[in-house]
Amino acid sequence: MANHSGHAGPHVVPKLLYFAVFLALIVLTWVTTGVSTVDLGRWNIFVALAIAIVKASLVVLFFMHVWYSTRLTKMIVAASIFWLILLLFLTMADIWTRQMMGVPGR
Amino acid sequence: MASHAVDPHVSSTVQHHFENAEQQKDASTVGMWVFLLTEVMFFGGLFLAYFVYRQAYPAAFAAASNNTNLIIGAANTTVLICSSLTMALAVRSAAIGKSNLIVLFLVLTLVLGGTFLGVKAYEYHDKYVRHEIPGHHFDCRDEAGKACTDAAHTPLFFALYFGMTGLHATHMVVGVGIILFLIGQARKGAYSPEWHTPVELFGLYWHFVDIVWIFLFPLLYLIDRSGAPK
Repeated sequence: MANHSGHAGPHVVPKLLYFAVFLALIVLTWVTTGVSTVDLGRWNIFVALAIAIVKASLVVLFFMHVWYSTRLTKMIVAASIFWLILLLFLTMADIWTRQMMGVPGR
Repeated sequence: MASHAVDPHVSSTVQHHFENAEQQKDASTVGMWVFLLTEVMFFGGLFLAYFVYRQAYPAAFAAASNNTNLIIGAANTTVLICSSLTMALAVRSAAIGKSNLIVLFLVLTLVLGGTFLGVKAYEYHDKYVRHEIPGHHFDCRDEAGKACTDAAHTPLFFALYFGMTGLHATHMVVGVGIILFLIGQARKGAYSPEWHTPVELFGLYWHFVDIVWIFLFPLLYLIDRSGAPK
């Protein structure tokens, strides 16, 4: 953020951090693949999506440097997640609850 | 970059409408993220279609997604994550001014991205041979050759499979073109620690495409793998 040294380069993160994030992503990929063959009933989808969200967060925060970004950039990232949730959640709330009502149009 | 700076505090890479290099870079980053926001909504529509139809025809989606190859999917995910690592290292090399390493890591990213697309092409061919492309000759069968459960609705899964992975692959093909351009520029020494915005912004794009796949992989390959009747 505030960088008055005149050097506009990005925050250079240690290589080790990239390798740690990379290792976590690889491990999580094979964990989610392994877990998918175990029958957890309706929880399979939640486990798979939770792991995907963790992986995506690691990529956004460290590979995409959002952790070190300005507040304006962070706000835009948050806005994209917010609008995606609006799109998915409001529509699915309708789809999930429509059968509950004995009215035409479901 | 040629240096014509008169004021030692203002780099020649700063365009006249910016106060300084930091402001210029922040503006570029914000612009790229606004573009990525529109991309999130672009793919979001397809994800929504997937969730709506999966909710409507769970049995057909379970049967059809079991016809994807789990090991190939996981291996290709690994390849894409490797390409994200090499991309991150390319951006880091640019930030610390190692031109040779920028080229090396961009070439590695290119090779890994190309590998991903090659495997994807193999998978598409496999689906073509098995008549799993929606249309007149569509036919969904399991390993034993038995018709899929709720076969009438399985084309929906495959339409979404090809639509979502196809849009993702299109983004990668565009990415490959941009990497080639960046490699050419990096070889000419166009990027310095003070200015390497194209490499950095392309990194954001490449990681975004990786994230899309991070969600496509579980949704298309993994979710109904355990065979639990829904």
